[in-house]
Amino acid sequence: MTSVERTDVLVVGSGFGGAIAAYHLAAGGADVVILERGPWLAEEEFEHDYKLGSSYTRIFDFTVGDGMNILGGNCVGGGSVVYFAAMPRAPRFIFERHGDIGRRMWPASIDRDALEPWYDRVAEALPVSTQGWEDVSYPGGLWAAACNHSGRTANPVPVAIDNDRCVQCNWMMAGCRFGAKRSLLTNYLPAAIAHGAEVRPLHEVQRISRTDDGGYRVHYDIMDGEDYRLRGDSGTIDAKIVILAAGAGATPVILQRSEPVLGPMPHAVGRYFSGNGERLVTAVMNEERVRDVLGLDRGDGTVYEAFHIGKGPCVANWDRLDGSLPEFSRYSLEQLYFPPGLGTILAQVPGGMGPVPGPSWFGLSKKEMLKRWKSWLIIFEMIEDANEGVFGPPPPSGNAVRISQQMLGRGTLRYDPKPSTLRAWAQADADAKEILERDGLAHAEAWSNDVVGAYTVHPLASCRIGDDPATSALDDRHELRGHPGIFVTDGSAVPGALTVNPAMTIAALAERAIPGIVAAARERGVEVQYGAPAPDGGTSGRLGVMNIVGRR
Amino acid sequence: MDSDGTHERTLTLEAFADTVVPGEKRFPGDVAIAGASAGGGAVAAGALTLLEWDSAGLDKALDDYVRDLNAHARQYAAEHRLSLDPTLPPFTALPFERRTELVTLVTAPGHPEKELWVLLALFCYMAYDSAAHMHTADAIAAGHPGLTSMGITPPDPDGLWRYPKNSYGRPLARLHPDTTASGSLR
Repeated sequence: MTSVERTDVLVVGSGFGGAIAAYHLAAGGADVVILERGPWLAEEEFEHDYKLGSSYTRIFDFTVGDGMNILGGNCVGGGSVVYFAAMPRAPRFIFERHGDIGRRMWPASIDRDALEPWYDRVAEALPVSTQGWEDVSYPGGLWAAACNHSGRTANPVPVAIDNDRCVQCNWMMAGCRFGAKRSLLTNYLPAAIAHGAEVRPLHEVQRISRTDDGGYRVHYDIMDGEDYRLRGDSGTIDAKIVILAAGAGATPVILQRSEPVLGPMPHAVGRYFSGNGERLVTAVMNEERVRDVLGLDRGDGTVYEAFHIGKGPCVANWDRLDGSLPEFSRYSLEQLYFPPGLGTILAQVPGGMGPVPGPSWFGLSKKEMLKRWKSWLIIFEMIEDANEGVFGPPPPSGNAVRISQQMLGRGTLRYDPKPSTLRAWAQADADAKEILERDGLAHAEAWSNDVVGAYTVHPLASCRIGDDPATSALDDRHELRGHPGIFVTDGSAVPGALTVNPAMTIAALAERAIPGIVAAARERGVEVQYGAPAPDGGTSGRLGVMNIVGRR
Repeated sequence: MDSDGTHERTLTLEAFADTVVPGEKRFPGDVAIAGASAGGGAVAAGALTLLEWDSAGLDKALDDYVRDLNAHARQYAAEHRLSLDPTLPPFTALPFERRTELVTLVTAPGHPEKELWVLLALFCYMAYDSAAHMHTADAIAAGHPGLTSMGITPPDPDGLWRYPKNSYGRPLARLHPDTTASGSLR
């Protein structure tokens, strides 16, 4: 006979939403277990290697949907281990968005001013740094110079990177080997573990059921450490509080699969998915024109040829982040490195540079374009999309049917962009192209949606917060409507696209949700307090929020 | 053609991979590679090795792919009144431009099998642009045609990449006027 395993708080997923919650609850005195479906890699295991089976494929996940594909983290530390550590705060107008529901999408209690102290907590905890121009890699500098040449501004993006330790190797997606990236493995997670939280890697949560005492039972499968198509034993853990933070591509699927035993889910579970309006434009730079028009050189006779050098996004153009502009016409244009492998296929041969007519995503012209790879510059558009994504019935296990041993799977997400989204993309495409092609600097073309649909590295909003029960799955405290004691704190909770990289906002919302979760845990008999300092002991962030918490 | 179909399978998959990233013929009379481009393409980059590796997940589907691709090629040839060399698998017997057109058709929006053919193309592509079946440093050292052509630089002796020179190091644009001390917009 097996005994029932119990904990106070069960956290599903160890990315921003899970790690932040786990830290605060463990530091406050609760028993916390984190179940993470991916492996747990140490710094020395992060490889510079594109081979299938290296950390490059072990720790992230590419889920193919119908019209939308999601690239996300799959390891202890979640998205923070594979992200590019860009940490801008969301612009003020974002919180006033209506999307296409005809009313404010965000809860009335949240706007930029209300979120600012929580942003400050995250900025202290990771910490987040501003970049000087000397920290900006060649591609970021080139984008800044091109923006400047067309009369635009350009900003070095705030980052969770120790700029002094970064060697600009551009392997951030495989995990940072140099201790420069401030992933959750360097702050919240070790602090949570120091306070007794237990992290169990390779535990994929399948569903949640109820226990007789008003708590929840979480059902998991043990995953093979190398071939994620294989799974071993199953098990359960009972908890008084469940915090779902499996990512916007997986959290709603767990809830969908739980519905037959938990009871009806809010309508918004698995709906209103947003890809953060993301799309890429690839430019092939004309090295001579870059030298002659922008006056750039690397000091050794080379002008640019540096697509491979850097650390993801360094510089963004934010001129269109203007709250006086109409919704769906505001976006940012951010320089981004996208490594070879799963994405290169989608780069289009720009019009005017192909030697022969033919297909633009494969074949002769594309091969010629690949020869110029070092002269590529990729611009990342983040527009306001219309939350078009809907998840179909859950697959038999996990959130996708896996194809490859790692990384590649087929999910149930459908995304059919509405005219408002298509117009916004077209406007951003034209703007990026205008900047890049001015005075012959480059030939540029947006990635094709015709091959595999759209592509996001920042899935959001599949289980969102809001005031309206018809269009939100969670109340403004992140509690699942109709299922007290279940909270969602990951990107699923963000109501819609942010026009900037979302990690900072996901983390700030998770921080903001904690006092409410602590209160709910206490109501269920867990002796837990709120008020932990930053993971490194810093207290300025705590000082900044205690007034707000006290007023609740 | 051999009785077990291995030769047909190889010729067909190589012809598909060569259509996705074309290359030069490996030897006179190389029928799988059309020879449309100088330098190695997806086949020389190792597309067949990657496709047949069970870790990639397509290995068990390859016979179906070969059968279906050749069925499409047969139908295409009939529609366009092309006579194909009967000693070759039908897709391999198509001229390069025709192979390209057929791959374009089966990967076009609305084609019922689009997703399957894009998946096959994806792995052919990955063999070329990232050598996903090899350690990257080994692939570069061996002169892998894709990584070499793209100009991917070799790593340091410890197998890691570092770029000590990485920045123009000077202001290159005005900041947005609403920039705050945190580096975000107000």
